[in-house]
Amino acid sequence: MAGTLAVSAVLPSFNAVLFAATKPKKGPWYGIAIDIEKCIGCGSCAKTCKIENDVPPEPFFFRSWVEQYTIKKDGSINVVSPNGGIDGFTQKIPDNEIEKTFFVPKMCNHCSKSPCVQVCPVGATFESPEGVVLVDEKYCIGCRYCIQACPYGCRYMHPTKKVVDKCTLCYHRLKKGLNPACMDNCPTKARISGDLNDPDSEISEFIRKKNVYVLKPHLNTGSKLYYNALNQEVR
Amino acid sequence: MNPQYDQLYQALTKVVGYIYPNEIELNWSILIVLYPYITGLVAGAFILASLERVFNVNALKPTYVIALLTSFAFLLVATMPLIFHLGQPFRAWEIMITPHLTSAMAIFGFVYIWYLMVVLVLEIWFDYRRDLVIWSNESKGVKKWLYKILTLGVYDISPEAVKWDEKLGYIVTVIGIPSAFLLHGYVGFIFGSIKANPWWSTVMMPIIFLFSAMVSGIALVMVIYIVINYIRKQKIDMLCLDTIAKYLFYIIIIDFTMESLDQIHRFYEAGESFEIISLLMSGKLFFTLLIMQIFIGMLIPLLALGFLQFYKPNEKLRRMIYLVTGILVLIGIFFMRWNVVIGGQLFSKSFLGFTSFKLSLIGTEGFLMASIWLVVPFLILAALLWLFPPWKKSPSEH
Repeated sequence: MAGTLAVSAVLPSFNAVLFAATKPKKGPWYGIAIDIEKCIGCGSCAKTCKIENDVPPEPFFFRSWVEQYTIKKDGSINVVSPNGGIDGFTQKIPDNEIEKTFFVPKMCNHCSKSPCVQVCPVGATFESPEGVVLVDEKYCIGCRYCIQACPYGCRYMHPTKKVVDKCTLCYHRLKKGLNPACMDNCPTKARISGDLNDPDSEISEFIRKKNVYVLKPHLNTGSKLYYNALNQEVR
Repeated sequence: MNPQYDQLYQALTKVVGYIYPNEIELNWSILIVLYPYITGLVAGAFILASLERVFNVNALKPTYVIALLTSFAFLLVATMPLIFHLGQPFRAWEIMITPHLTSAMAIFGFVYIWYLMVVLVLEIWFDYRRDLVIWSNESKGVKKWLYKILTLGVYDISPEAVKWDEKLGYIVTVIGIPSAFLLHGYVGFIFGSIKANPWWSTVMMPIIFLFSAMVSGIALVMVIYIVINYIRKQKIDMLCLDTIAKYLFYIIIIDFTMESLDQIHRFYEAGESFEIISLLMSGKLFFTLLIMQIFIGMLIPLLALGFLQFYKPNEKLRRMIYLVTGILVLIGIFFMRWNVVIGGQLFSKSFLGFTSFKLSLIGTEGFLMASIWLVVPFLILAALLWLFPPWKKSPSEH
């Protein structure tokens, strides 16, 4: 009852659309688009990310990784991501049992209503004005609440820095006008990032023209990672 | 090899199905199991004390002060597992200095300080003030000075002043009851508000945490009361013990109902996480959930206490049953916290697989360290009972 009153007081009536649209009006606002039909599972993105961002090489820490989904003829699903896909994939299921198989590159969704930003007790994880979710490593207390809150498993505890680490969309490169390293190193141009506020940007056009979908939309995280040809089995 | 990596490589071999690669490491371990466990004991013990004070359950008088001191001893330790768990423990104070107000966790510091300073310390002080003045006159050496300092210079023990202590103590207790509810209901909210995790994300979580807190706190005071009297070779007030057990019985029923309702709802609704959670309960959590939490920690105590509501065997047997039941309940609630915290991280948020967890013996997140944080409150309690013996207090009006 009290909650209903509070919500109705805060929201202008008949403006529920506000929930979905939180774009700022000015400046660039970054999003990511991945074309699953173009991904060949080479793992370049995951490998490049580790090198570019000094991500520990052990197979437990990833800012970016690739999953291989195999849907078998009997309806069962097999998902693998050995070492995050960095070393590529070997299909172990015999061809005659496979209905379809595809790769799904994963990374931070840079949500506009990030659960991780919401739960950080000190505000060490925050959304930049460009819509990039970042962690201030000099401020993070290492409580790992954000790791629990991220529905996509995109955060990890850095083993030596003892703070939480995640994809920054290569913020250091973005600021210089460069693309994130994973985008530049994708041999099939399966991933793009760009300004969602610019209607003429490649990503805006991608979202307009393709049937894009975000992961776990029911969680209302305001994900800005759009997939083309995403299978409903992918989580 | 780095022992942390060694552990992770071992965990990697035990992954079942598919989990996101960052999920191999279990982020909240035994220390975070202790956090809700200890705060639960604090809140529960305090609520038992309040029953006597505010709701005039006179039979509980012998445990009033013990319950307060127990609550205080555990509260002093409540933050320690949290701080030791942090990657950057020296930055812990940032939660208090620059709290991020949308975070459920950020409010903990304030709730904690409020509860510690405004509720418990004040209530204990008002309750002991007259005794502190008397003891400071009667004692010698360091103790004398300690009592003197603790009186804070208020030496008036006229009947009028004592009446004021009573009145103010009562007001603090009245404020304390919602505060205790807040403290533990809020700890439940920390978990219950995580929409990414279907094992945690339930609106029932704060309520379940609250009632399980009461169950564990009441059981703890019951056990401590029996043990103290055994050590002091004093006769136990059986009316008091029967009354505690009666309340424990009622609250276990409520707690059991709430938890069952939550699970029934989860199963009947059978949302997208249904399969993975069924597998979790019947597999990875079979021992800790079905055997330890539900059977040992809830059903047996429920049957034993229920039986004693209708049939009263001799005092010795009853004492024994209460002691064993109390310990079983404490074990059960510990596993309840375990199942929430550890259980919630054993399955992948992809709902496609499980990781594993092995409690190590040493290290800050090890079994020994966790045991220390469970033993320390008892040592503090022993010191408090030695310094402020409830049995030497002059009789109070309430």
